[in-house]
This record gives sequence, structure tokens and C-alpha cells, in this order.
Amino acid sequence: MAEFLQFLISGLTVGAVYALVALGFTLIYNASGVVNFAQGEFVMLGGMVTVFASAAGVPLVLAAFIAVVVAVVIGLLLHRLAIEPARGASAVTLIIITIGASILFRGIAAIIFDKQFHKLPGFTGETPIDILGAAVQPQSFWVLGGAAVVVVALYVFLEHTLLGKAVLATAANRLAARLVGINTTTIMALAFGGSAAIGAIAGILVTPITLTSYDVGTLLALKGFAAAMLGGMGNPVGAVVGGLLLGLLEAFGAGYLSSTYKDAFAFLVILIVLFVAPQGLFGRRVVERV
Amino acid sequence: MKSKATFKTLLVASVMALGVSQVALAQDTVKIGSVLSVTGPSSFLGEPEDKTLRLYVDKINAAGGVNGKKLELVIYDDGGDANKARTFATRLVEDDEVIAMVGGTTTGSTMAMIPVFEDAKVPFISLAGAIEVIDPVRKFVFKTPHTDKMACEKIFEDLKKRNLTKIGLVSGTDGFGASMRAQCVKVAPTYGMQIIADENYGPRDSDMTAQLTKIKNTAGVQAVVNPGFGQGPAIVTRNYAQLGMNNIPFYQSHGVASKSFIDLAGAAAEGVRLPAAALLVGDKLPESDPQKKVVTEYKQAYESATKQPVSTFGGHAYDGLFILVEAMKRANSTESQKIRDEIEKTKGFVGTGGIVNMSATDHLGLDLSAFRMLEIKGGDWNLVASGS
Repeated sequence: MAEFLQFLISGLTVGAVYALVALGFTLIYNASGVVNFAQGEFVMLGGMVTVFASAAGVPLVLAAFIAVVVAVVIGLLLHRLAIEPARGASAVTLIIITIGASILFRGIAAIIFDKQFHKLPGFTGETPIDILGAAVQPQSFWVLGGAAVVVVALYVFLEHTLLGKAVLATAANRLAARLVGINTTTIMALAFGGSAAIGAIAGILVTPITLTSYDVGTLLALKGFAAAMLGGMGNPVGAVVGGLLLGLLEAFGAGYLSSTYKDAFAFLVILIVLFVAPQGLFGRRVVERV
Repeated sequence: MKSKATFKTLLVASVMALGVSQVALAQDTVKIGSVLSVTGPSSFLGEPEDKTLRLYVDKINAAGGVNGKKLELVIYDDGGDANKARTFATRLVEDDEVIAMVGGTTTGSTMAMIPVFEDAKVPFISLAGAIEVIDPVRKFVFKTPHTDKMACEKIFEDLKKRNLTKIGLVSGTDGFGASMRAQCVKVAPTYGMQIIADENYGPRDSDMTAQLTKIKNTAGVQAVVNPGFGQGPAIVTRNYAQLGMNNIPFYQSHGVASKSFIDLAGAAAEGVRLPAAALLVGDKLPESDPQKKVVTEYKQAYESATKQPVSTFGGHAYDGLFILVEAMKRANSTESQKIRDEIEKTKGFVGTGGIVNMSATDHLGLDLSAFRMLEIKGGDWNLVASGS
């Protein structure tokens, strides 16, 4: 039982991170149809800026705030300087632009910061908490709680504010949204800024557990993307479920099956799911009208 | 028309002048080549190597060079790409006509470059870790860093002294971790070690509690060894403490032998043991230690020149360069073949990595004494007295 709980909690913690990255994907995908592969770099920025700001003597809370602001500014710049000028291009072109942007961000981060790994102290200490025999880092609760807050906030924003509904309208049909007077460019910028903020928050929350460096983004983007696909690209609930599921698959795969093949196992499950339900667990069925 | 002719004359004159100056240069300088991964994923290895070579070549030249000739260092950056490394190796041999090469940051790039130097009969002192570089022995290929096999042997030697024989492995699946794991599995029977748990983790994994829980629940594990590199071992160490496994002796590899590991793992690193080069504990070595002088001098020179903490990787470059320079002095020649013969005769060379005694069958020349067993105590390295 203790063993099961240990796997469960470590799976949920890692899964919550994947879920946050997947949410970032979802937000931009909804507004623009673009899969933003620079999403992982926002996570990196959140962690790295916080580390360096707090190393410079800034209190942790303020450092975290600065990190979110920096990420949002860079997200907006990415949209303004790279995505917006190419707005007529196909989604594939835009996706390639985001890949280029991610390489650029990583390179700049390696120069501005450094190539070492860095850590942050746990927000509320580092003494493991014993839950029915499973040892849990206090930071895990921060990650899970933080992810929950972000998810709820995003839900409220999308469903209960006019601006959020404008995002959904843009997602549903860009032309129609523009016809009813929604400034879709602003909505796109909002989506990039918002998903940069979500990424940065994820980065800040997990750095005490996972450590950070200039190149942590690559793998997180991959895992987040897999989670988003699993849950159904474009569905926020799907992103969260997909992320948690992926984390749990990895933890239980490593624990009960083989740690060598845990990633293969996780991806195998994803392949099977996508084979049975190509639109993901919660994905909208896309109907092409001719 | 006239201006064109003038231009031509000028061009011819300048080309001639260039040719002359090159001839003049060739007489009192001798070229040493290097291909390093200064950028890219292995830059944390290549960067200190690059800085070390530049620093010491300048020092050697300031002191009058070798055999009255100044050294000219030609460094190319392969960015961690073995294909590029091979191209640069060819360029070093064919265009730059170097007399010897100290470089090859990673095992991948070294292996790609070996055929070039073997064919050209130019000595190549590699800075890569894996044992494949010098096993089987190739005529013109040498290396300075310890092998992962030696690290396993050092750890097992220590375990044997403590009468611990049933061990668990938790290894990274990156090149370093996988190679060291394979070596550990291979030499375990020699030391009477039984590997009763064998787990792996991905190089970028962020949580290893699942693997460690499995090891914890394997009955009879007396010690755990973690062959790995980068941030992985730091997370493993933190998870190890989180799961309260501190009562089981825990060994890291030389792959984490840098101060940043202690910083990253924090309090969880207390009591962790690892084999490492003397360079790391230069100030703690007894005065009688033969390596004391060379490691403290290198550390001081490197840190004051670069303002960065010294690493064993830069030390490998230092050793390679000076093994070459001493061979050049003994050969009193710039002929590659003669220098090769002298490198192979290197005996009692005191480097940062250990005392090097090469032979026709051993192109590394280090024994287990090159590694010191360290234990982390109070956030710092401490030498473990043998047998404790």
C-alpha cells in the first residue's frame, strides 16, 4: 500500500507539471491552431529567472513574480515579432516558427544565464511528509495545488468572462469571431501571454523538485505535447487528465514494470489510445464539411 | 586599365609576402591541434578544456616554448557533433598539418576522429572517458581521463572493505550512465559483488522515487550505486533522502564530482561516497601526496585566469597537453612518429588525474590510486581513510 501510494503521488506530481505544459499548448492551440513548441522554454524561463533573481537577493515571491512577467513579455514578443507577421501562413509554418523560437530562447538562455543546473529551496521546507508510509516532498503539494488553481482560474476565465468567451469564439471560428467584432490579433496575443504565464508558473513550482537548466524545456514540451494529444488537443480538461495520466503511467510503469521501458510503456499506451480514439480522450470530433 | 595592373602587382606582392611570412612562421612555431565540444550539450566538458589549453599554451610560449619553438594552438569547436569532429580532424591533419592533437571531448567525437589520426600517423591524446578509446590499443591514440571501469572498481574495492556485497544499481540511460552500468555489471563478479536490484532512469527524468522505492523494497540490498551524470544523480540523491534510505550506504560516480552536485543535492548529499580525481580535494591532500603540488597549482592558475571553479575535465586537458610537451622535449623533434614513441614511454608523469605510466599495451597509464574515495560531510568533500 505504501509502495502504491508512493508511485501514485510521484506520478501525480510529475503529471501535474505535464498537465500545466499541456494547458499552455491548449490555450494557444485554441486561439490560433498553432502548437507552440516554445512552450517548454516558458517553463525553463520561469525556473531560471526565479533562480537568478533570488540569487541576486530578490525575495522568492518577488523573484517568482518577475519570472512570470519576463515570460509573459517574451510570450508577447514571440507573438508580435514572429507569429503575427506570418499570420497568413499555414499552421505548419507557424509551428516551425515556434520550433525555431524555442531553439533561439534556449541559446540565449545558455548565454545569459549559464549551462549549469540550478535549484530553488522548497517553498515550505524540505522535510518529507509521511502519508501512510509514502514519503512526500512538501513541494509536491505546491505543485498539485498550484496546478489546480491554474486550471480553475483558466476555466473561470474561459467560461465566465467576456474576454474568455472571445478566446473560445476565436478558437471556434476565426472569421466569424472577427465578423462579430472580436479583435482576434489581441486574442492571439492574450493566448501567447497567458500560456507563457502558465508555463512560467509551472517552472517555478517544479524547480525545487526537478532542478532546472537552460535546456529543461525540450523534454517537458515533448511530454506536455504527448499529454495534450492524449487528452485531446484543444480541450483544457483533456490537457489536465492527459498530463496526470502520463505522469501516473510513467511512475507505475517504472515501479511495477521496468524502469528501462517506462517511457516506452507510457508512449505505447498513448499510441493505443490515439489508435482507438484519434481525437484523444476528450477531443472534439472534427467534422470536415464539404 | 592601369589601375588594374597596379592591383594585380599589389595582389602578387601581397601573396608573396604572405607566403614568405608563413615560411618564417613555420620555422619557429610548431602546430598543435585540438577539436573540442566548446558549445553544444557537452560544453560543460569542452569549455574548461578549451580554456585550459589556451591558458597553458600561452604560459608555455611566454616561458620560451618547447625546444626553442613556440606552440601554435589550432582549436576547432565540433559543437558535440561527431560528424563535424571528423571533418575538423581531417582539416587539422591536411590543412593545418599539426604535429599532434590533444582533444576529442566526448567518446563519440573521439571515436569518429581516431581513423583520421591513425591513417595520418599523428599522435592523438583524447580527453574522452570511455575505455573503448584505448581498448584495443591503437598505435597513435592515447587518453588522459580515468575510465568508468576504474570508477566501478574503486567503488567495489571500498564496498568490499566494508563487507557489503549485495548491491542495487540505479543508472542513468545516457551514454555515461549506460556505459558505466555495463562496466560495473562486468567487473562485479571479480570483487564478489552481487547486483540484486538494477533500475534505470532517463537522463532528463525529474523524479526517481519509483525506482528507489523498488530498490528499497528489494530484500537484502546493502548498498546502492548510482552511475550517472548531470542533474539525474542530484535528483536521485534527493529522492534517496526523501525516502529515508540514508541507512543504506550510497555511492555516486566520478560523473558528479563537482561542487555543483553538493549544491544541488543539498543536505541529502551528506554521507554519499564517490570516487574522484585528486584535483577535487587538492587542499585536503596531505603534503606528502605526490599530486598535491600539481593539482593546487593548476587549480590556482585556472581559477585566477577564468574566475570559474576548477573541474576535472579541464584537468584532463592539462594532463594531455603536458604529456605531449614532455614527449616533445624528450624526442627533441617535431616529427609525429618520434613524439608518439616518446608519449608511449611516459613514466611517472604526475598529472591532475593521477600518476601516468604508459606502455605499449596501456595508453592510459593510470591505476586505481588515481581515484580517491571521497565522502560528503558538512557540505564538503572529505577523503575517506582506506578501510573505514
